[in-house]
Amino acid sequence: MLDKKTPAGEKRSRYSAGVMEYREMGYWQPDYEPKDTDILAVFRVTPQDGVDPIEAAAAVAGESSTATWTVVWTDRLTACDKYRAKCYRVDEVPNAPGSYFAFIAYDLDLFEPGSIANLSASIIGNVFGFKPLKALRLEDMRFPVAYVKTFQGPATGIVVERERLDKFGRPLLGATVKPKLGLSGRNYGRVVYEALKGGLDFTKDDENINSQPFMHWRDRFLYCMEAVAKAEAATGEVKGTYLNVTAATMEDMYERAEFAKELGSVIVMIDLVVGYTAIQSMAKWARKNDTVLHLHRAGHSTYTRQKAHGVSFRVITKWMRLAGVDHIHAGTVVGKLEGDPNNVRGYYDICREDFNPVALEHGIFFDQHWASLNKVMPVASGGIHAGQMHQLVDMLGEDCVLQFGGGTIGHPMGIEAGATANRVALEAIIFARNAGRDVLGEGPQILEEAAKNCLALRQALETWKDVTFNYSSTDTPDFVPTATAAQ
Amino acid sequence: MRVTQGCFSFLPDLTDAQIRTQVQYCIDKGWAVNIEFTDDPHPRNTYWEMWGLPMFDVKDAAAIMLELDACRKVHGGRKYIRLSGFDSTHGWESVRLSFLVGRPAEEPGFILTRNELGGQVIQYTLQARPLPGA
Repeated sequence: MLDKKTPAGEKRSRYSAGVMEYREMGYWQPDYEPKDTDILAVFRVTPQDGVDPIEAAAAVAGESSTATWTVVWTDRLTACDKYRAKCYRVDEVPNAPGSYFAFIAYDLDLFEPGSIANLSASIIGNVFGFKPLKALRLEDMRFPVAYVKTFQGPATGIVVERERLDKFGRPLLGATVKPKLGLSGRNYGRVVYEALKGGLDFTKDDENINSQPFMHWRDRFLYCMEAVAKAEAATGEVKGTYLNVTAATMEDMYERAEFAKELGSVIVMIDLVVGYTAIQSMAKWARKNDTVLHLHRAGHSTYTRQKAHGVSFRVITKWMRLAGVDHIHAGTVVGKLEGDPNNVRGYYDICREDFNPVALEHGIFFDQHWASLNKVMPVASGGIHAGQMHQLVDMLGEDCVLQFGGGTIGHPMGIEAGATANRVALEAIIFARNAGRDVLGEGPQILEEAAKNCLALRQALETWKDVTFNYSSTDTPDFVPTATAAQ
Repeated sequence: MRVTQGCFSFLPDLTDAQIRTQVQYCIDKGWAVNIEFTDDPHPRNTYWEMWGLPMFDVKDAAAIMLELDACRKVHGGRKYIRLSGFDSTHGWESVRLSFLVGRPAEEPGFILTRNELGGQVIQYTLQARPLPGA
């Protein structure tokens, strides 16, 4: 990478014009003790052949903070030592020769308070295309409390959402309306009514349902809220449907959100592809308008799925908790979409805990204090069905939304029956768990017992009993287990 | 109709033995068990009438079941009765489990009123029908 190194033995002035190794410019400081107020990042660095790993790590620190490829005198107009990111530790990735975990500390002053757009532009905006790296992945970040406190955080949070819905003690149930595209507003509302009447708490627009020739957004909103009102009257429960306000411009998004609010929806949704700025704006709007904000993580798996290159979803989850969404799709483990159980556990903990301790087995590299920032409700959605209810509850706990799109709408007796099957299965598992039964081991029996009183559940179990999605995960945590005191 | 509020309304009505398992679960978790009743099952009616105070210091499921019996003597078969567990720890300070343990003999349900504001927008109002004997 660097053809012009200072010959050994020759003293080189730091600010003489020319090229200097990043590690000599101050970006590699193995003795640096990260401050409590530093933002920390760990990258998985795969240098090109022949590139020294320390130099590669220092280059990542440099190119994600103040450096450029040659010495510049203007550095001397600044307190440059403060602004340089410091790579303070480089470890080999276990079982992955040629890859290294590089730990980098960034001074708090490098960042604008309360801005994910600024944070991401800084950390991932430049360095990922750097030629001397074969691949680069942002694995995890640590945010000091000083920085966390500059964010609004989730507009509603798990506790207040439950209080508004008056639903305590079990996961919430949802379903995405299917088919993904093509239904008109009136027909779409039929699906919403049947599913909510049958027992689900929520239905959901799919990520690509916005405003298309087959259904204008206003017609969807009007028919959906008719369906929600009828379902509330039929059940006595608070019901909702995630009205997707994603649109081409921010102004259009606000227009759609205002209409959803006017019609009385408890919740709206947006897609990750609207961008970090829009997401923060919508979180602010949601708080101001007493509305729950659901985020679909549309597009994330283009960059979160491969270990070598991209951004880990755990970083996205942290950014989204700061940005202020109330729901985030975070994986099902047993469904149709990628999600290793250990990594998914890490994502769920990031959403729900006030403090995440280091847990390398779950991909958590740093202690992270959330300073009482509201908690995000993780959403499990994608190819799950009633026959897996015991596994879902065991693995994901009760503070989540379980969404069964195909698993409701594909029921042989119809949508209402599909919803009822899911609700009965869930209540039966939660009841049994609380009563002290081993739901993971006895799950199938518990579901069979419940199915005796519920034909809809009986049929659901029969229809999907052989459905599993067994593929190897593309993304699993890499760590060296450390010996515990007991060992 | 059947109001399906609470955690277990889609299961057959719970027996006392079953209710007691859930009470024990709340006690084991350190949550305060609370009994409430109402004649207004509107989903936005947050504040049901409290039967006494939350039982912060009662760690005996049998004692709680006695309180529930006492409440039923007065309101059983006439009002909705619910039981909940309250968690006062940081990060929650809210109800963690809530389920119906009593219903009026007849549940008259709700009326949905549509107020047509002009154009396609409808303003919905949900009203709980009065319970028999109210």
